[in-house]
Amino acid sequence: MASMSRQRGGLDAWAIGAIIVACSYFALWGAANATDSAFAIQMWTALGAFLLGGALLTGVLGRGPAADPSSRYENGVIKAGVVASMFWGIAGFLVGVIIAAQLAFPNVLYFEEWGWTNFGRLRPLHTSAVIFAFGGNVLIATSFYVVQRTCRARLAGGLWPWFVFWGYQLFIVMAGTGYLLGITQGREYAEPPWYTDLWLTLVWVAYLLVFLGTIWKRQEKHIYVANWFYLAFIVTIAMLHIVNNMAAPVSLSGWFSYSLFSGVQDALTQWWYGHNAVGFFLTAGFLGIMYYFIPKQADRPVYSYRLSIIHFWALIFLYIWAGPHHLHYTALPQWAQTLGATFSIMLWMPSWGGMINGLMTLSGAWDKLRTDPVLRMLVVSVAFYGMSTFEGPVMSIRAVNSLSHYTDWTIGHVHSGALGWVGFVSFGALYCLVPWLWKKKALFSNGLVEWHFWLSTIGIVLYITSMWVAGIMQGLMWRAYNEFGFLEYSFVETVEAMNPYYIIRALGGTLFLLGALIMAYNLWRTATGKEPAHVRTADVPAQAVAAE
Amino acid sequence: MWKFHRWFERHSLILVVGILVVVSIGGLVQITPLFFIESTIEEVEGVRPYTPLELAGREVYIREGCYVCHSQMVRPLRDEVERYGHYSLAAESMYDHPFQWGSKRTGPDLARVGGRYSDEWHRAHLENPRSVVPESVMPPYAFLARADVNTALMGNHLRANRFLRVPYSDEQVASAAIDARAQAEPLNAHAYDFEQRYPGAAVRDFDGNPQRVTEMDALIAYLQMLGAGIDFDTYQAEAPENTR
Repeated sequence: MASMSRQRGGLDAWAIGAIIVACSYFALWGAANATDSAFAIQMWTALGAFLLGGALLTGVLGRGPAADPSSRYENGVIKAGVVASMFWGIAGFLVGVIIAAQLAFPNVLYFEEWGWTNFGRLRPLHTSAVIFAFGGNVLIATSFYVVQRTCRARLAGGLWPWFVFWGYQLFIVMAGTGYLLGITQGREYAEPPWYTDLWLTLVWVAYLLVFLGTIWKRQEKHIYVANWFYLAFIVTIAMLHIVNNMAAPVSLSGWFSYSLFSGVQDALTQWWYGHNAVGFFLTAGFLGIMYYFIPKQADRPVYSYRLSIIHFWALIFLYIWAGPHHLHYTALPQWAQTLGATFSIMLWMPSWGGMINGLMTLSGAWDKLRTDPVLRMLVVSVAFYGMSTFEGPVMSIRAVNSLSHYTDWTIGHVHSGALGWVGFVSFGALYCLVPWLWKKKALFSNGLVEWHFWLSTIGIVLYITSMWVAGIMQGLMWRAYNEFGFLEYSFVETVEAMNPYYIIRALGGTLFLLGALIMAYNLWRTATGKEPAHVRTADVPAQAVAAE
Repeated sequence: MWKFHRWFERHSLILVVGILVVVSIGGLVQITPLFFIESTIEEVEGVRPYTPLELAGREVYIREGCYVCHSQMVRPLRDEVERYGHYSLAAESMYDHPFQWGSKRTGPDLARVGGRYSDEWHRAHLENPRSVVPESVMPPYAFLARADVNTALMGNHLRANRFLRVPYSDEQVASAAIDARAQAEPLNAHAYDFEQRYPGAAVRDFDGNPQRVTEMDALIAYLQMLGAGIDFDTYQAEAPENTR
């Protein structure tokens, strides 16, 4: 058995080593032949990362894999994921606060000599940092945790989970530094350039295989519902990523490329991707978290097994149609717009079905909301999920959309989902994971979790209410006519009217950031606490799959 | 009936295939017809491929993330048509790889900004937006006037577009680098040839600096042609090939 696992360890290391060598060669070639300095910087960055990766790999092989004898599961890569999540979360929130403040105080926060700090370059940095760096790390870490416990099997693939982790961090660094250098595809939430996209594809395939490989090793007959959602997230993101990023590079040693499709076809492909980045990255994946961590923390089984089946298939089937509601009243043919709106409204049902399944899991344990701030965070996240999945269908109705589209209402809507749902469910999961992984009895301080909870909640309320008012006002001002039948307001008057709301929004974001800093401190104190190790009997799979 | 679901719960590959089938349907039904239904793109005169300089300007537009605050899509609503001009047609972005319709108007729509302001206004506005619009929240882009347009790869840019079915001729591809300069230099020996190759394209010194062809030249050349070329006299909204 031992020799077999060493043999397998050998093969994975050789394969990863080969990838590193091959990619180092390409990076060096790219750096030597770069057609522009931004691409050269990117290639040197990648080369440096590959050399570091190679050194790390050699070091690991020399020492032998650092297995934790007290656990039957692979925990190291998940610990790394928790740290990375917290780091990128704070970085992403910080950039969000900065760009919010730029719109509120443009005279103070733009620097003529530093083009790379302009809103247009920092905004993709913010969205990618919170969605892909923070959200992505939370998803990878929690999925690796959940799949092991619910399959009662150690993570498959030897060193491959570590390849997924570090490969994904490299993707983030390449994308993020690229934005600052002005490297972008000009497609929202799909900004990384062609070579970074190719790298992510490789990492993602490895991720899928590690996840599936663990499922193949399972000692449970059934695949637990959280894993269906994680699997749908991984598979669908792969499909969306590949199709939406098809492009013709101008040169193999330059960053710029032209997308395969143009105009109206490109628009629908992009929003098919864009809306399902929401649907599968920010929803399906995080529903996987909901289906594991809420039952676990509440110590209750999932409310309804049948509802989770309906929830799963209806959600993934309907979501994929909703993209065209981003293109109402545009040059997209109306039949496509109508289809998109119809499915968006239908989507309300599975969304709320999932919300009900999450909330009702607390049946008989509602009192814990008073005493357990972590569980409260998880439950409030589901409430925000319910709210934003109601608001979304409303905004997909053409008449509403004609007012809301292009305004800050959309930004507010996104943030009620992103801060309220994705943020809180991630925070809840991380608060659960740190004591579990670092073998502590409890968090360092529940009082600090209370502070985090309330600061963030007030921050979210300030954010979304200010954006509702700003967005609706903006939409109404654009279409206002005076008594002579002329447009009442020039465009810039509507910009001027936004100022107080932009200030309130920046304040809300600052509170949210403050809460995350408190959280990081709390988690750090928890992990480094000196109390003796607390070995959990709970390190067994959730028995939440309903009996047949 | 619920027992049937055991198949998915016990066989991971059946689950994966099930997921793939279920998530493919929506995209297949919505997106693929757009490539085959002819009325998706209207019949109208005046849409032409970008000149090399405009293409370079478009690259600046993408690079600086202009699309995160400016849309290029006028909706057929009364106030928008009165504020920005004729609503946008699909035909107008048929050579746009990628499309830049945008999703947010922190600043105004730019689909028809071409010819609406002078080059001098654009230059002053890009260098310091608040010098001409005090309430603006736009960042400054003065550095564009100090960066030369990289014309070395212009041929590659056109070739990549031609590979994607944008109708550039061999001659246009071959002279792309020359044309990128000629459009911003009216006294350039190739300016006449450029005008022959791209009828209707403006030839002038966009950034007010005749010594150099800068990214400011390129961006203003791009902005000044947005929505300007299309001939709405040739567009019949009610014609059967245009009703959708």
